[in-house]
Amino acid sequence: MLNKHCKSRIKKLRLNRFWEYIAERTLLLCASAAIVSVLIISVYIFYSGLPIFGKAGFREIVFGTEWKPLEGQFGILPMIIASIITTLGAVALAAFIGLMTAVFLAEIAPAGLAKIVRPAVELLAGIPSVVYGFFSLIVLVPLIDKYLGGGGNSLLAAVIILIMMVLPTIINIAESSLRAVPSEYKEGSLALGASQIQTIFKVQIPAAKSGIIAGIVLGMGRAIGETMAVILVIGNTPQIPTSLLDRARTLTSNIALEMSYAEGLHQEALFATGVVLFIFIMLLNIAVTFLFRKAGEGS
Amino acid sequence: MENKQLKEIKICTKGLNFFYGDNQALKGINIEILAKKVTALIGPSGCGKSTFLKTLNRMNDLIPEARLEGEIYLDNLNLYNDYDIVELRKKVGMVFQKPNPFPMSIYDNIAYGPRIHGIKNKAVLDQIVESSLQKAALWEEVKDRLKQNALGLSGGQQQRLCIARVLAVEPEVVLMDEPTSALDPLATLKIEDLIQELADNYTIVIVTHNMQQAGRISDYTAFFLHGEIVEYETTSKIFSVPNDKRTEDYITGRFG
Amino acid sequence: MKKLRTKDAAITVVIWLCALLTVSGLLWLVIYIVANGLSHINLEFLLSEYKGDKHGILPMILSTCYIVLLSLAISAPIGIGAAIYLVEFTKPGRLLQIIRFATETLAGIPSIIYGLFGFIFFVNVLKFNFSLLSGALTLSIMVLPVIIRTTEETLKAVPLSYREGSLALGATKIQTIWKIILPSAIPGILTAVILSVGRIVGETAAVYLTAGMVTRFATSVMDSGRTLAVHLYMLAKEGLSFEQAFATATVLIVTVALINLLMTKTVGKIKKTMNSR
Repeated sequence: MLNKHCKSRIKKLRLNRFWEYIAERTLLLCASAAIVSVLIISVYIFYSGLPIFGKAGFREIVFGTEWKPLEGQFGILPMIIASIITTLGAVALAAFIGLMTAVFLAEIAPAGLAKIVRPAVELLAGIPSVVYGFFSLIVLVPLIDKYLGGGGNSLLAAVIILIMMVLPTIINIAESSLRAVPSEYKEGSLALGASQIQTIFKVQIPAAKSGIIAGIVLGMGRAIGETMAVILVIGNTPQIPTSLLDRARTLTSNIALEMSYAEGLHQEALFATGVVLFIFIMLLNIAVTFLFRKAGEGS
Repeated sequence: MENKQLKEIKICTKGLNFFYGDNQALKGINIEILAKKVTALIGPSGCGKSTFLKTLNRMNDLIPEARLEGEIYLDNLNLYNDYDIVELRKKVGMVFQKPNPFPMSIYDNIAYGPRIHGIKNKAVLDQIVESSLQKAALWEEVKDRLKQNALGLSGGQQQRLCIARVLAVEPEVVLMDEPTSALDPLATLKIEDLIQELADNYTIVIVTHNMQQAGRISDYTAFFLHGEIVEYETTSKIFSVPNDKRTEDYITGRFG
Repeated sequence: MKKLRTKDAAITVVIWLCALLTVSGLLWLVIYIVANGLSHINLEFLLSEYKGDKHGILPMILSTCYIVLLSLAISAPIGIGAAIYLVEFTKPGRLLQIIRFATETLAGIPSIIYGLFGFIFFVNVLKFNFSLLSGALTLSIMVLPVIIRTTEETLKAVPLSYREGSLALGATKIQTIWKIILPSAIPGILTAVILSVGRIVGETAAVYLTAGMVTRFATSVMDSGRTLAVHLYMLAKEGLSFEQAFATATVLIVTVALINLLMTKTVGKIKKTMNSR
């Protein structure tokens, strides 16, 4: 009797341990999904995009200025330049406005007002990019055409809409970095007779520097990767822009515009555009990881 | 230590060493803990008494850098080799310093353990919940609100609920890690009374910083210092005529 | 001293102006679109098909719902499982670092790259063609980091004492996770899911290249379907009808606003339960 009881208990324990094992392995499998995804994505993007560099030549693609895919010219330099200009232009302005807004939220705003502004920033982050694109197509493009001329579809329109789109990213990260600055710093500075504004700019912002820069770099990733909003307003002409009012085409819009009908080498050239974009993004990602690590060490 | 041989030894350790990384927290602990008695572990902060307590139901297994040497026996079986960890923790219950009821109803808190161990019958569960709460002297206070969230109870009630929760899985040993340090004096007295009642049926090992408490409720007392046991004696002896100068210094409040 | 004060005042004004600019940009966009869109929204617009002279968005609403449900059905269990593994099972070390790096990388990849990948892999290599399935698979990878990170944060916030209490009663690790930790983490997991819904509803580039843009009612997961966001893109890009575009944009904005509201509610609930500890 006792023996039988023991045996059933041992059986139950073995079963327990078996299920523990199965559960742990299943969870490990889930956790590997992210790694597997990154690997498959990288492999397929490169596998599809690299061959054309051999066929058409690396220099001809990356430094080529003519995009005439049907005539075998696959220069994407105009797109690279347009992507860099829109990204840097948008992020430079958004960084300033965003940082000031973050300072406002973290230090200046009365509690009641912050409670209204913060959800507004969240809503700004949640609005689909295509809605931004539509808004700027309907409102900004005609405004630019009316006051500055040139038809309105332009780098400038893309820059303005990208500013709105990267603002929430920069505001959120800058605000939380500012809040993470130990209050002793602030108190120490105020106790020395510094004004609130001096304390913010001389003590708190420098202390939160790494986090703020990480937010800006993250915003760059957002801007360079944005597609639909940009397509609708930038004009999409594959030429090297000479002024902010010129039409241009970014790397992302190149892919989205032509992918649905491209065949053969043309399609491969679009994959290659993806490779170039992917490399830009990876560089930015590595920079962000590095900066956040530094920010973590700092605090 | 007269007559100890005649009494039943519940737990004994032989040359127990315990390390957190490179830091040795316990040094050669040899102790015999008697069944159905209250044993108090006293000593200054960081002396190893809580660490020792946690080795007795292997809660230290949760710490990644920890390492154990030596042997621990429970009912003459090796704690690390002869027991499944789940069976062990069922047999050796633990009450923590801060009351930690789960965020669920009073009833579900008590029934959690039995359910985990496979009891599904509602009538049986009801019975276990009632008797456990009665043993923990909480039944009268909560019998009308068993379905309410346990987090709504007072600190003292929460701690007695945690004791009831342990009793519900029918342990033989109950470990208590400063169970009253987060409670007010009245709640503390209730728990102390409870501990003495429980000693009729359970082996109780309690860590406490409170000398008066150790004196009031325990049968035996072990004094820990720097990871070693300085003295282990009946409580009456250790508080009246301690053998070691360091024990006397500690009890009379000269250090720690 | 006086000069200093003037400078401080000037900077304060700049800060207020920037905050005002951010908020007014948002208000301008929302009010302009909703004001122009609201008058075109009626039951017929919401509930009729898109065929002949009918310009309803019902097929798009349904396709959006299908893609949301399908993507979540794939990514929620995997993402939650991954978060549990990261918080409850891994010790700090190489594996944790690699998984974390992979998650960060996924979060940083722009949607057009997801679209490109989905187009190459799901549409062409696996031959799922332009279909709701291809779209959902692509999006489920895209929202994976959102679910993993949000769930991870919630699980970390579950007090250690719950775990200790349960283990000390002889519960196994899996029992502890299933009966104690997950129930306490439900509001946070809900937040993760809601956040993902927002991402999926608003996504255009990745869906456009994988799920296609057919305006029929989808009858199976292998059918192509057009989501609301893609619909807005097509209307705007082709200049078909700005009235419909305004109305569709309004539907999208209202959806996103509701999602944000829902999220503020659940986050508030989390904070409340955590504070009661």
